[in-house]
Amino acid sequence: MTGAAVRAPGRAGVRIGPIGLAWRPRVFWYTVASLGAVLVLVVLGVAIGSTWIAPGIVVRSLVGLETGPDAFIITTLRLPRVLTGALVGLTLGIAGALTQTFTRNPLGTPDIIGVTSGASVGAVAAIVLGGGTYSVSSLVLSGGIPVAATIGALIAAAVVYGLGWRGGVQSYRLILVGIGVSATLDAVTSYLLVRAKITLATAASQWLVGSLSSTSWSSVWPLLIVAAVAVPIALATSAALGIGQLGDEVATGVGLAVQRHRLLVIALAVVLTAAAVAAAGPVGFVAFVVPQVGLRLAGTNRPPLLLAGLLGAALVLAADLLSRAAFPWQVPVGIITTVIGAPYLIWLLIRHRKEMSR
Amino acid sequence: MFSVPAPSPTLASVPEARVTDATTALGVHRTAVRRHVLVIAALVVVLVLVAVASMLLGSNRIGVDRVLDGLMRTGSTTDEAIVWGSRIPRTLIGAAVGAALGIAGLLMQGHTRNPLADPGLFGVSSGAGLAVVLGVYVFGVTSTGATVWFALGGALVASVVVFSVTVAGSGTASPVPLALAGAAVSALLGALTSFVVLTDQDSLDAYRLWVVGSLAARQLDVLGAVWPFLVAGLVLAVVNVRALDALGLGSDLAKGLGENVLVARLVGLGGITLLAAGATAAAGPIGFVGLTVPHVARALVGTGHRLTLPVSGLVGAALVLLADVVGRLIGGFSEVEVGIVLAVIGGPVFVAVARRRSLVSL
Repeated sequence: MTGAAVRAPGRAGVRIGPIGLAWRPRVFWYTVASLGAVLVLVVLGVAIGSTWIAPGIVVRSLVGLETGPDAFIITTLRLPRVLTGALVGLTLGIAGALTQTFTRNPLGTPDIIGVTSGASVGAVAAIVLGGGTYSVSSLVLSGGIPVAATIGALIAAAVVYGLGWRGGVQSYRLILVGIGVSATLDAVTSYLLVRAKITLATAASQWLVGSLSSTSWSSVWPLLIVAAVAVPIALATSAALGIGQLGDEVATGVGLAVQRHRLLVIALAVVLTAAAVAAAGPVGFVAFVVPQVGLRLAGTNRPPLLLAGLLGAALVLAADLLSRAAFPWQVPVGIITTVIGAPYLIWLLIRHRKEMSR
Repeated sequence: MFSVPAPSPTLASVPEARVTDATTALGVHRTAVRRHVLVIAALVVVLVLVAVASMLLGSNRIGVDRVLDGLMRTGSTTDEAIVWGSRIPRTLIGAAVGAALGIAGLLMQGHTRNPLADPGLFGVSSGAGLAVVLGVYVFGVTSTGATVWFALGGALVASVVVFSVTVAGSGTASPVPLALAGAAVSALLGALTSFVVLTDQDSLDAYRLWVVGSLAARQLDVLGAVWPFLVAGLVLAVVNVRALDALGLGSDLAKGLGENVLVARLVGLGGITLLAAGATAAAGPIGFVGLTVPHVARALVGTGHRLTLPVSGLVGAALVLLADVVGRLIGGFSEVEVGIVLAVIGGPVFVAVARRRSLVSL
């Protein structure tokens, strides 16, 4: 990947250092549009709540021009929730695009590396065992769940990767190992749920759907740091992802260090997903649907990473907004992301009949 | 599209290749047949042994003589109740459910050409789950006998929806749209189920027990309700075998070989739906069997569906029965549900298989 800037014949492009990007107008405009949608949704998400705050004041507070009671509500109560939602969507969307691309399987969500199952065991155990055996204060519990989820996610992912390793990791073997490990962990979660007191089972079920109701600045920071580090690296691997899709032999022939590339992609997906799940629980369906929608909107042969991330952010923000505005009790955001995302994907599938029938 | 297109050899080159294959591979072929017969015979023996164990062992520790007495209706009423009210229904339902899920999973992975596809991908499990929850929430139905009908209805309706979406989306229901439509509909139904169970604690209580998959407290009337679906599904699956092998080469080549792709899909998906719906209604959604058994079957006898179909059925049946027996024994008074045992023990075993075997991918 060195040497003078070489342009693919017939397609304009830009090149910054080792990273080259082809000019794809559809990807570009959809990315710009979804970025705009995310910004609008952030402002709306902060404006709408038990009291309405005019968007003008919201924008002024966000840039630090406003002080007073409204600014307090905005910066301490609503902004962390909205930021968490946006970051959860961004990280899940990009993680989903990464795993779907490298497994070459639209069902290959980050779940297959065991992240979600591991996080669920950790969190459900913290809720059920913590709340059942000892009387843990809600403060300890709210600090404990993200930590338990993160530990569970990382251990599970390491186990899947380690067991999938046989002189290198091959995506098919990794998928199968992931199925086995996830099934075992999910069964442990089920066991905990079935044996738990019904009130604790309800709390655990709520977490398992994905919810933004207990977010604060302490959930924003870890997520923000992970996103700031991992998202740029993920975007930089985009070209290698395209090569990796050609199959191991071709990719090696073209000069890609296949195993190193695969480890990097898996590590990125794991870290991004674990951060999101620790902050808000496994928010339903985002990592699966958003890359598929991005791919169909942009007309590319694999999910565009940044577009998937921004669509994810927009989806989670919109879902959170709906759950706060449209229901008498706060429906967990994971339910709404699915209720919005699934019909949209179905509609896209029907509309794209001609392209799909090949 | 996202899936890798199957390599399509030019039609002229195919017969030539086949002739050379046939002459050189004759000896290899004969040993392979002998091995396959051995595998199937061994699986039948294992299934019989596990079924006997399922009749003899349970949380009520009664001896062989008392089981036989109960079976002949010559012993005490307690023995008779244990054998006819619990052991026989569990053994029959367990074997039927396991075989049905194994075969449904095989067909599902064959039609979607996706190793991650399980029988629940068509919305069968999630549709049944939503119907069960609504049964509790709206009508207050909690008995196993009545739940079966709700689960059956929900499963059938959901799979019809998935299939309509797919055909509307791709004409011939090709693999990728099928998987996507199924996953989307399943997720939607799952979200609605979550909505209900988070609103109503009684529904959650019933749902969390149903969703893990269990054979406990099933009477023979459960089998009476689901057997027509299972038998019809099995017939469709067997009819579908040849077409499925052709479809494995890709839709275009299958068309070239004279298969009507849409009809083949309809038959296959009908079979999957009936088998999975019957099994799910009887024992709850045991996703693990349908997901993993086909991989084991392919590792044992290769990819041809004429062999993998019976092998999947046998492995599935033996696996579910074995897990149920283990669950009865390890839990003491409160036995562990079959779905949990399956995944906790079967998961690591499956990982070991995936690591050891030279994998036979789809």
